[in-house]
Amino acid sequence: MRSIPPSAGSVPEPILAIRDLTVEFDTEDGVVHAVTGVSWDLHPGEVLGVVGESGSGKSVSVLSVLGLIPVPPGRIVSGEAIFQDRDLLKLPGRRLREIRGGQIAMIFQDPLTSLNPVLKIGEQISEAIQAHDPEAGDDAARKRTIELLELVGVPFAKRRVDQYPHEFSGGMRQRAMIAMAIANDPSVLVADEPTTALDVTIQAQIIEVLKAAQRETHAAIVLITHDLGLIAELADRVVVMYAGRVVELGDVFSIFDSPRHPYTLGLMNSLARLDADTERLEPIPGQPPSLIIPPPGCPFQPRCALSRGRVICTTDVPELRAAGEGSDHRSACHFAEELAAARGHGGAVS
Amino acid sequence: MGSLDLALVYETGVDVKARSQWAYVRMRFFRHRLAVASLVVLLVIGLVGLFAPQVAPYGYDDIRLEDATRSPTLEGWHLFGTDQLGRDYLSRVVFGIRTSLWVAVFVALVSTALGTTVGALAGYYGGRVDNLLMRFTDLILTLPGLAVLLTASVFFGSGDPLKIGVILALLFWTAVARIVRGLFLSLREKEFVEAAKAAGASDLRIIVRHMLPNCVGPIIVNTTLVVAAAILVEAALSFLGFGIQPPNAALGKLISEGQSEGFELWWLVTFPGLVIVVIALCINFVGDGLRDAFDPTQRRVRA
Repeated sequence: MRSIPPSAGSVPEPILAIRDLTVEFDTEDGVVHAVTGVSWDLHPGEVLGVVGESGSGKSVSVLSVLGLIPVPPGRIVSGEAIFQDRDLLKLPGRRLREIRGGQIAMIFQDPLTSLNPVLKIGEQISEAIQAHDPEAGDDAARKRTIELLELVGVPFAKRRVDQYPHEFSGGMRQRAMIAMAIANDPSVLVADEPTTALDVTIQAQIIEVLKAAQRETHAAIVLITHDLGLIAELADRVVVMYAGRVVELGDVFSIFDSPRHPYTLGLMNSLARLDADTERLEPIPGQPPSLIIPPPGCPFQPRCALSRGRVICTTDVPELRAAGEGSDHRSACHFAEELAAARGHGGAVS
Repeated sequence: MGSLDLALVYETGVDVKARSQWAYVRMRFFRHRLAVASLVVLLVIGLVGLFAPQVAPYGYDDIRLEDATRSPTLEGWHLFGTDQLGRDYLSRVVFGIRTSLWVAVFVALVSTALGTTVGALAGYYGGRVDNLLMRFTDLILTLPGLAVLLTASVFFGSGDPLKIGVILALLFWTAVARIVRGLFLSLREKEFVEAAKAAGASDLRIIVRHMLPNCVGPIIVNTTLVVAAAILVEAALSFLGFGIQPPNAALGKLISEGQSEGFELWWLVTFPGLVIVVIALCINFVGDGLRDAFDPTQRRVRA
């Protein structure tokens, strides 16, 4: 499913462009800087993986674009989200609602709680269809619903449209969620941890369903996850987030083959692999920084093995800049080049 | 993939019967014997009230002085006796049921609609809307009910069942409002609401289609309890002479008429009183049964 990486020179117009997005939350303990100056492009038909640990701002950055963070306490401080020549952040609620679930659809993490327990599966999918196409009659919507359920691999779809969520297994519910998301032929599909709540065998099936969904709709997918395996499986390009910032960005091959940010490298090293004979996994030491009082300088500096106490790391926030061989491989590390050298010798930084 | 195990289940005939939430509720309710029996009694009483003109052996205001102050007797079908004007008390009670039940059901429906709306808006929007609506609810709750009722019925005129119904409904909606608000506050945080939002549903659609159906259980249970409470309050009002006025027969009014006659004409207070007790009791049993059916986890006794 991986699309051919766009060759340099013929870079297509991004379908969704996020620019300098900053989101804060007011809490009793102070202002949480959940997302700071995040920018990325989503190109038509590609799968963009947004990776990071819990609290890194990966979900908030995407949900805020769709107007799905609670305001207050949330607050979009600055930034733009350009979709079809319009800034989603400035659209009135009504217009944004037309786009949500229509051209930009969402798949949520937990299909158990994301389906309304008192409505039949079919009713919920039909509702998504009719919310965006008031012309669609009940019969037409039902027919389309059954088609969609068959498409995502729900067996006995004709019979199961009339069942309730509690009669569906976890995997089947997630299929139904995907059916609901692709009901209106979206051009952007946001999948927020789509496999996290499922067990491993079901995860593999859901990945296949996601691929099928993309084949069907040709939608660009924003895949929010902390599962690097899922990224490796599905993504074309990767955005790595840490403490509310983008720390590394690039196509999936260059990110995995030659990460240019010590955090990304740390993530790779903490991953259990089948193809490497690793005695111990190397966790990243320390904790993510407080988002209320972020440390000055690089947010990763306190945990960074590469910094080795160099002053610039504690004073200047590194800019996202070109790094590595890939044309659009970018890293926010003052010493990204040192990683290239270290990787070149086949060793991890220590 | 996935479909295999299911296919197996279906083909080997281990059929999983699909039951909707309502089917489960029905099933659990009908297992509750006392509630079912109460429902039957209520239905009979309700039908009697509904078809009062056909059921009652006499008109509710037929005066026959020659039959005055008869004790309950089979003769002439004066099962509940007659009063000092010779009016058949069975007929008066039957018409009283009609009036009292009508008022009670009216109060229950109007107050539930009002309370649900207020509670839903407060719970869904929260913040200032919630604060405003709930403080207003608190205000209504703190009013001394009986005093307000008596004053209101003096000012707006009593006697008309519709007016009494409106006044009662305006006082009875607070409980539902609080229940629904509480439910909405927790439902609002549910992911399926966020998912509905992400699917492009409007506020109204989310409230009506996604959140209200999740509250039907408590709302219905509360409605039944309001019916019972309204019957009792209406009876009290009529007893005090501020409720429904003669010649309309309401159960409370019948008791108050009867009590002025003293102990010799015991049937005049006994039968209307008994009917009130039976109705209120049955409604409460049905309400209990419904609550257990909607939410088996709240059940105190495992059966």
